[in-house]
Amino acid sequence: MTKRAPLAGRLFDGLETVAAWVLALLWISPLLYAFWAAFHAGEYAIHFDIFAPLTLDNFREALSQAPFLRYGLNTFILVTMLLSAQLVICTLAAYAFARYRFYGSDIAFALVLVQLMITPEILIVENYATLADLNLIDTILGIGLPYMASAFGIFLLRQAFKSTPKELEDAARLEGCGTFAILMRVYVPLAHPTYLAYGLVSISHHWNNFLWPLVVTNSVETRPLTVGLGVFGAPESGVNWSILSAATLLSVAPLLIAFLLFQRQFIQSFMHAGIK
Amino acid sequence: MYLSPNVMRHVHGWLLLTPAVILLVAFTHYPTVATVINSLYSKGTAIRPSRFVGLANYELMAEDPIFWKVLFNNMWFALGTIPTSIALAIVMALLVNRALPGRSFVRMAYFTPTVLPMIAVANIWLFFYSPDIGLIDNIAAWFGIPGHNWLGDPNTVLPAIIVMTIWKEAGFFMIFYLAALQHIPPELREAARLEGASRWYFFRRVLFPLLMPTTLFVLINAVLNSFKLVDHLFVLTKGGPDNASNLLLYYIFESAFSYFDTTYAATLTVLLLALLAVMALAQFFLLDRRIHYR
Repeated sequence: MTKRAPLAGRLFDGLETVAAWVLALLWISPLLYAFWAAFHAGEYAIHFDIFAPLTLDNFREALSQAPFLRYGLNTFILVTMLLSAQLVICTLAAYAFARYRFYGSDIAFALVLVQLMITPEILIVENYATLADLNLIDTILGIGLPYMASAFGIFLLRQAFKSTPKELEDAARLEGCGTFAILMRVYVPLAHPTYLAYGLVSISHHWNNFLWPLVVTNSVETRPLTVGLGVFGAPESGVNWSILSAATLLSVAPLLIAFLLFQRQFIQSFMHAGIK
Repeated sequence: MYLSPNVMRHVHGWLLLTPAVILLVAFTHYPTVATVINSLYSKGTAIRPSRFVGLANYELMAEDPIFWKVLFNNMWFALGTIPTSIALAIVMALLVNRALPGRSFVRMAYFTPTVLPMIAVANIWLFFYSPDIGLIDNIAAWFGIPGHNWLGDPNTVLPAIIVMTIWKEAGFFMIFYLAALQHIPPELREAARLEGASRWYFFRRVLFPLLMPTTLFVLINAVLNSFKLVDHLFVLTKGGPDNASNLLLYYIFESAFSYFDTTYAATLTVLLLALLAVMALAQFFLLDRRIHYR
């Protein structure tokens, strides 16, 4: 008995390790396949030969058929602009909710949380009409505007600000800091992990967002990568697989590389943000 | 003019809130109300302006066979993706939450699909599913199984999309289970081992109940996602063949931007909003808030 139990335990551990690896390889294989197709000539797309010559032609072809660099720039502008606006707007609102007791603050907070459920893309019809009234159709600002006041960001930052010790604020006030200085010198620096988590979640969400940008944009100058890729990959456009794989990898590369480099921060951020 | 600090507090509070309030009202609250109102009006044309028609649009919706098909598709899509992705997420979390050679690679492999945009995922999987020349049919051919048009057959299109969505989402749910597992005291496993409990018994009677709050949290998020995520349809099927893979939000998009029937789109949106509201209430009443609000 005492001898057999550890042996059975080791056997189970071994089996679990094998299972973990098999599942991991299975899970990563679609992506590996995309790499295979992108770096080999079309005839090797389903013909796996280790000695097949590598090539960059598919990337060259994809870049010549559609302006992916421009799309990339559009996405970059969108994500940067959006995150900057979100950080300012959400910080101010979160500070109000965390440290001010004002008339209607509870109702206002409940109304903010509504946006966690009803995200702007669900109301595409009305939001499109609003954007048309504002003359912002087919602009990068128009893609970003509905998401700038993020309920999620307000919620996360409010939690972070609430957990900041009140004594620090009192001390800063004694030193002669005003309301705004207290926010900038006490609250914002201490909420740094929350800012990082929210930033990564926001960037990856908007880098990947598709439906709303699709509705809003209709020109090369404004289309983000996802929409550009969607237009490029539409079945009726008839591009070949290897080129499509190359285009797909081009579109996801910046985010994927960032993820691989900062894997730990990404996973921690998603955890932090998801658990709220 | 002197205002007491007490009054200033209210003023400051609302001033700080102003930018957020303007944007939230403009893009969340106002359009919600406007959608409900629009659903009660007829579609305006050049000759006949839009007029109040009460619940006529809802009657139209109840008689629309495509609407019912889309709603059931959404239900099957949710039933097909959610339990499997949650089960896989638990398995993945358990596999990774222990000493394992190459653990960071394994965890990365599980999580990577989460960082990819749905549109890129759809592009990759489109090739797997394409008839005869696609990867699945090629592998099937080795075993002498004839090719199949996975996305063109109404019977296989939804399962095909379900498999892809499971691949995309399981790793995302895994991280919540990983976080939860890290908060489970190791003494419990020790105690169970001393009592001679089998691994399965320990999972079923100790781990799974302790993970229940996480499961509820993941479940509700998964249901929401199943209604909000339709990007893949644009690349894979456009809702076809014959609406066999159409989902509610995609149908709303089609009604508004392909058929230009904005009042019907509004009516469908109201139904979607109602479903989301039910989900919100479920989240509010079912989830034990203390566990998630650290």
